[in-house]
Amino acid sequence: MSALSTVTVSPHIHGGKSTGGIMRDVLISLLPATIAGTVIFGWRALAVVAVCVVCCVGFEALFNLAIKKEQTIGDLSAAVTGLLLALNLPVDVPLWQCAVGSLFAIILVKCFFGGIGSNLVNPAITARVFMLVAFSSLAVPSFPADAVSSATPLSAETMPSLLDLFLGNRGGAIGETCILALLLGGIYLLVRRVITWHIPVLFIATVFVFSFFMEGFDAVAALSLIMSGGLFIGAFFMATDYTTSPYTPWGKVIFAVGAGLLTCLIRYFGTYPEGVSFAILFMNILNPYICKWTKRKVFAAGGEKK
Amino acid sequence: MGSYLLGIHTPHRKGTKDIPVARIDNVQTVTIPMSMHIGKPAQPVVKAGDMVKVGTKIGEADGKISSNIYASVSGKVVRLIDFLLSTGETTTAVVIESDGEMTAEEVSAPVVNNQQDFIAAVKQSGVVGLGGAGFPTHAKLDVPAEKIDYLLINGAECEPYITSDSVTMLTRSDDMLYALKAMNRYLGVKQFIIGLEKNNKKVIAAMKELAASVSDFSVKVHVLPDKYPQGGEKVLVYHTTGRKIPAGKLPIDVGCVVLNSTSVAAIGSFLRTGMPLVKKCITVEGGAVKHPQNVIAPVGTPLKELFDVCGGFKEEPVKIIYGGPMMGITVPNADVPVIKNTNAVLAMTKKEAKTPKATACIRCGACVNTCPFGLAPVNIAEAYAKEDADMLNDLSVQSCMECGCCSFVCPANRPLVQINKLSKKLMKDHSAKEGNKS
Repeated sequence: MSALSTVTVSPHIHGGKSTGGIMRDVLISLLPATIAGTVIFGWRALAVVAVCVVCCVGFEALFNLAIKKEQTIGDLSAAVTGLLLALNLPVDVPLWQCAVGSLFAIILVKCFFGGIGSNLVNPAITARVFMLVAFSSLAVPSFPADAVSSATPLSAETMPSLLDLFLGNRGGAIGETCILALLLGGIYLLVRRVITWHIPVLFIATVFVFSFFMEGFDAVAALSLIMSGGLFIGAFFMATDYTTSPYTPWGKVIFAVGAGLLTCLIRYFGTYPEGVSFAILFMNILNPYICKWTKRKVFAAGGEKK
Repeated sequence: MGSYLLGIHTPHRKGTKDIPVARIDNVQTVTIPMSMHIGKPAQPVVKAGDMVKVGTKIGEADGKISSNIYASVSGKVVRLIDFLLSTGETTTAVVIESDGEMTAEEVSAPVVNNQQDFIAAVKQSGVVGLGGAGFPTHAKLDVPAEKIDYLLINGAECEPYITSDSVTMLTRSDDMLYALKAMNRYLGVKQFIIGLEKNNKKVIAAMKELAASVSDFSVKVHVLPDKYPQGGEKVLVYHTTGRKIPAGKLPIDVGCVVLNSTSVAAIGSFLRTGMPLVKKCITVEGGAVKHPQNVIAPVGTPLKELFDVCGGFKEEPVKIIYGGPMMGITVPNADVPVIKNTNAVLAMTKKEAKTPKATACIRCGACVNTCPFGLAPVNIAEAYAKEDADMLNDLSVQSCMECGCCSFVCPANRPLVQINKLSKKLMKDHSAKEGNKS
């Protein structure tokens, strides 16, 4: 062999994980919820999904073209944002509003901050909150919002059965109602080691415990409450976003418990019916500090001898 | 003892362990650099035209942190050349043309009666850290006897592919035992611990047998998890003794000396026969190699002869590495020689050597959650981008052993190890500048 060989810095092998692969896993994990949403709410659900995904990917592509940046849509993160946004919208949302929401998520929240990995807050969550505030039609009757704020919360007559809640037979956003589908997707992400258990389990557990107390130690009511609103989709798929959540185990604990408490505070004492999106958004903003507070200890930094 | 340090599961690919070892005796020309160790290069003591035998001293250690160098073939010194080392520095190398006889120098076992004699003998042996670091072994051992609580023998060949230490432990446990007895007698070491990876069952059995044959001092086999990087010095010391070596300190600062298993065998062999270190067992592997196997070759043998013994290449390699795939150093071509601390050479195919392009960090934290030392490569990279030496200092980048776990797991394929290396340099330049100011 005469030619010069490639000279590079070690290591010379790679574990094989890639950003695109991770995003592909997230898309796969959201398939059950997408299918369930279509079954529950009809074909228009797919139109909402299509518009959001196409707009998100399209806006990112256009932005990269406009600022002459290397194309990044191949990493599939824009598609994930689009799908998550769609699953967080009601089925009858006007399609032009989907496009505006996508524009907000991709251009304002993601691209303006430097693109993938540099955004401070989760694009899909932030766009959902923006749309909730901007378009009054979006004030989704996300059950049991009315029940909680009414005088007799969660009475047997107004509340769907636990089975109906589990299967998603209730009002709400396209992808948030079917707990079974969300659990399947969440377990897929756990098995593929895309996410760890900390955030989803502790987020949901916190809401359960808080609701359990608030509902006078009624376990069925508390179970109904964790399966209501957008808690499962938020806890498994939005609060676990790498860029906007902590990467240390203890950071995840703080993030999850904080988001759970905020969700309950908004649900019980706030003026908005649902608190999951606001809670995650708030914790997103705290994330850099949580990362700072929960830094891993450097080995033998203090130089102590055991 | 605290929890085990993190790390990664790398592919093992240790197939060469069970394949018979090949030998190269008839190499035509060897090129022997005067710097195959950490410290000052040796001073050449031969000139063009000199006749040498196997074991003739051709380089004299220059000071304490240096090592003697010996001819690995018999024949004629044809020239002294400037030789480019993988560190980027240039040193002298002695080129010897073999007469094909492999005539050995008349040597005899060194006379050792006390600690001084023993250290002198180790210095004579030309043994350096054969796990890859190449620190002169005699300098490591030259400490007051009472300071050594444990002598650790590093047999945790944690890098993928490499099996040369395992082969040495399986075939030369008599040499190792000889060295242990000498170290007990002359250095006063009472506790030896041999660190081995859990999946290396045959070697664990062999070393347990060695340990059982010793009665007047303690030899323990410590089984380590089969997770990379167990062979890192600080990792090994922590896992076997529970002691933590702070940044910038040496194992001896916590009462430990760490020797590579092959170094131990080489010391034993010298004490028995007086023949210094002139050949090495090397794992020849990688997707491009037709018949991967271990090869015992004279120091200075061009790498291409190793590949030839292994049946040549299945496919043209595009990358050749000294050492393992996690920490090894790429070389420009296959003409470079085997040096003392070469334990493996890998020839990688185009497919194996292909590295995906680096993309934006997604802050997944995989690097943070895998670093054995709890460093945060993601933050180090940010600090490096800002050229912030103080922040790099706060992030303890100096503690990085460049094991490669962070780069291995990064889904964005970011060159994190390279950034850590550059960060260390940035800090060094920064403190030099600060020094000039004051």
